[in-house]
Amino acid sequence: MKQLTIISGKGGTGKTTITAAFASLAKNAVLADCDVDAADLHLILKPKIQRTKAFCGLELAKIDKKLCLECGKCKKHCRFGAIIEESGTFRLEPYNCEGCAVCTLVCPEGAISMQERVSGQVFSSETRFGPMAHAKLGIGEEASGKLVSEVREKAKKLAEKNGKDLILVDGPPGTGCPVISAITGTDLVLVISEPTLSGIHDLKRVLELAKHFRIPAAVCLNKYDINRENAELIENFCKSANIPVLGKLPYDDEATEAMLREKSVIEYAKTGILAQKLNSVWEALLPLLEVCSEKEIPERKLNMKQF
Amino acid sequence: MKIAIASGKGGTGKTTLSVNLALSLSDVQLFDCDVEEPNCSLFLNCKPELLQEVSCQVPKINLDKCSFCGQCSEFCRYNALAVLPSDVLVFPSLCHGCGGCTLLCPEGAIQEEPRRIGLLEKASVQGLEFYRGLLDIGEVLAPSLIKALLTRIEPGKTAIIDSPPGTSCPVIAAVENMDYCILVTESTPFGFHDLKLAIELIRQLKIPFGVVLNRYGLGDASVEEYCLAEGIPVLLKIPNERKIAKLYSEGLSFVEVMPEWKEKFQKMFEAIKAQVEETKRKEPLGLQEEKA
Repeated sequence: MKQLTIISGKGGTGKTTITAAFASLAKNAVLADCDVDAADLHLILKPKIQRTKAFCGLELAKIDKKLCLECGKCKKHCRFGAIIEESGTFRLEPYNCEGCAVCTLVCPEGAISMQERVSGQVFSSETRFGPMAHAKLGIGEEASGKLVSEVREKAKKLAEKNGKDLILVDGPPGTGCPVISAITGTDLVLVISEPTLSGIHDLKRVLELAKHFRIPAAVCLNKYDINRENAELIENFCKSANIPVLGKLPYDDEATEAMLREKSVIEYAKTGILAQKLNSVWEALLPLLEVCSEKEIPERKLNMKQF
Repeated sequence: MKIAIASGKGGTGKTTLSVNLALSLSDVQLFDCDVEEPNCSLFLNCKPELLQEVSCQVPKINLDKCSFCGQCSEFCRYNALAVLPSDVLVFPSLCHGCGGCTLLCPEGAIQEEPRRIGLLEKASVQGLEFYRGLLDIGEVLAPSLIKALLTRIEPGKTAIIDSPPGTSCPVIAAVENMDYCILVTESTPFGFHDLKLAIELIRQLKIPFGVVLNRYGLGDASVEEYCLAEGIPVLLKIPNERKIAKLYSEGLSFVEVMPEWKEKFQKMFEAIKAQVEETKRKEPLGLQEEKA
């Protein structure tokens, strides 16, 4: 079973639109939406939820007011600013609590205990393109990285159960904890980039991240015609770094029109230029997925100074 | 006045708005809190200088003192320690730096040492003070870096905070304690869906907010209709023009090229101030005390 994760560094470059298109092109895949903070893939794939599982992230401290002597030791030792003093009494600020339990250690009265906290839900669903694993993180909850891991676990199980040979992961933006969870152990990351200065800057950081975790990477340029000079810069850079550029997609209103109709670009305009280009990116991806896990990828030298 | 610019969905125009708003006002501090992918400096065309390294305290085990009792690894909620019969493995990248293991160790065998997670940088450019955080590649503690960055806010100045996307811990670190939050979105199904998530978060944090519609004309009217129905002020509409997209791609702030926009941003700032005043007036006294 292969796993492909689609990331971008910068947000809004087209990860979900492209993942949805791949979902309609894939023959035998499980879909996984790992942008658990702001999940959007379900808006196109319209999953029918089969099973829901509560997600317990980090625990939460709870102060028993009856036992608390207001000594303030918990506040002194909490490094996350989660204990708030208000006119001599102490309370927990759940947004700041990282569930470390240090306060339970230092409280001389045993007035603090750790409580399980339900931080979200993990779903296994059916879509018109196959099974899908996705999640909803509670508003303002921590541990999105852990939730991403759970979604990927769920996707793996769905793939095993249904005999699927590919997991298609829609990743989150950034380079931090949820992104790391979304890419570790995948066979290939596809970075969706755009030819803007921010796009170039963020592409560079996210390629460094992939290199850091020794995961092979390929690039797909989206909206390349917004700035052809920058597009060329990215292409040349990738060439010199030996990172394949699998295609250049034009800026096309069909992407938004398809989204408004809750369809993938392939379903909405199968014969359009965008759909055709997406198809050829997909065709280029498949052989790459085959080879990337068979042989050890040699360490690439990334010379970022060219930007 | 502290104003955060947030969005839910990525790529809707947080950085564009932050930079252009900051350049339109005086006596401003601009903070780039998208520490995973900070982009403000590209539009200010500056190279920020190092201010400080930010680190997290991680355990260092003195094996001569260690009795391998295993209490530290049992306590650690982040699986950052593993105790073997004659060795202790520390996984620094998993450690949140809570200090629990050091407190707990009965042999006094654990000391803490700083481990770098990122940098704070500063530049003075085009009449504004610019600060940014830069998370090291492979690091996860974005909220700690953001909190360190925001200690640089000076009271009395206008602070503009460019927040990361999403609705989880890094966003909270950036927007909590702000006087106002601007939510930037585009009126597409993805933009609308993520805007509603962001609104839910900002309401929970009890911060007054308004919406800026970017790429206005793209998609449909659903965001505008929603804001009208919910009584949420639409502060500004930035049209979906290729010219603006091109300027963005080149890393140019559009108030410089189109100075008429400066006035629009200033007007928006005045409207925000008025809304903040209004909210304070409406808020019953008791609630204010609770917040303080």
